[in-house]
Amino acid sequence: MNASHTPRIDVMRSQLGRARGLGAGKAGVDHWWLERMSAVALVPLSGWFVLQVLRLAGAEQQDVVEWGGKPANASMLLALMVLTFYHMQLGLQVIIDDYVHGKAHLPASLLLKGAALLIGLFAVIAVLKLALAPSTRAAA
Amino acid sequence: MVEFSLPKNSTIGKGRTFPAAPGAKNVKPFRIYRWNPDDGANPVVDTYELDLDKIGPMVLDALIHIKNNVDTTLTFRRSCREGICGSCAMNIDGENTLACLKPIKDVRNAVSIYPLPHMPVVKDLVPDLNGAYAQLRSIEPWLKSDTAPPPDSERRQSIEEREKLDGMWECILCFCCTTSCPSYWWNGDRYLGPATLLAAYRWIADSRDEHTGDRLDALEDPLKLYACRTIMNCTQTCPKGLNPAKAIARIKELQLERKV
Repeated sequence: MNASHTPRIDVMRSQLGRARGLGAGKAGVDHWWLERMSAVALVPLSGWFVLQVLRLAGAEQQDVVEWGGKPANASMLLALMVLTFYHMQLGLQVIIDDYVHGKAHLPASLLLKGAALLIGLFAVIAVLKLALAPSTRAAA
Repeated sequence: MVEFSLPKNSTIGKGRTFPAAPGAKNVKPFRIYRWNPDDGANPVVDTYELDLDKIGPMVLDALIHIKNNVDTTLTFRRSCREGICGSCAMNIDGENTLACLKPIKDVRNAVSIYPLPHMPVVKDLVPDLNGAYAQLRSIEPWLKSDTAPPPDSERRQSIEEREKLDGMWECILCFCCTTSCPSYWWNGDRYLGPATLLAAYRWIADSRDEHTGDRLDALEDPLKLYACRTIMNCTQTCPKGLNPAKAIARIKELQLERKV
């Protein structure tokens, strides 16, 4: 037998010790459940948004601003933005858990959470700006 | 990061070919993964051309024929040859199954045979399942009850209670499902895998067991349980026709039920 092919044993901990590992993390239920519930909630919200965009296609800017200024529309838009980026974060975290291992896992997760938070905030502020803008039609 | 290519020492080379005896009429090639830990060489795929008129109907019959008559160095596990021991679990024609239950005629062209995927190989078609066995042991697959059994009889179950174990007690622990699961390939050090989770639910669902909450506690983990992505390879590949994915879904339901 060639010495270079002798397997080097770098872990002598028992298989049972490795299987038990650090024990149960007491987490995962919420992530799993909220990922599904946000997906369900996004079905009507996304449908509503697509219909509204189709309806507003070709409209004047004033009409769109007025549409976004209505509390009902702004509420729906805010719910859509928050849930979209929350759901995105939950889903992409699953991909990171699957494919990124070792030391890269934590920075990748933090990068994802930060990016989702910032992009989500950006969308929320854009909706708020629209919702809180003074009506241009009244001024005109 | 995830590895998209095989490590150098896992690259599979071309092996030898063992032709069928001249005059054989019903010949089918069997391409079989070979790896010997003692020669330091990379794995190869050897081709055995077998006369189907001379051997039994199952893939295991072909393997035993090769070992007895063609190449005694071929290494594989087998015992009961009737689908109850789980020893001859391997990847045949791209699907994990039991060689003893897989008819040769179900494979259209050459029969490719590899060990169960993504496990360390001991030799040829023998995978190292010690990690998976330890995971099974970690969920404590035995009855845990603080109430003493009646002194003069067994612990009793109603017919309905007993029926809840159907579809689970039949598992023979061949680990075809666990080794077919991409989640187990990527996170097998922490994800318990479908076979072990089916066994865990078998005890969670057992009316005689009194440690249901402890069992759910032990599974409440982002990877031990929730690395299941409902890919369903487990259910598709199970040679016993069981549904580990359903058992995992039930565990997730119970985890949720006790939160609200």
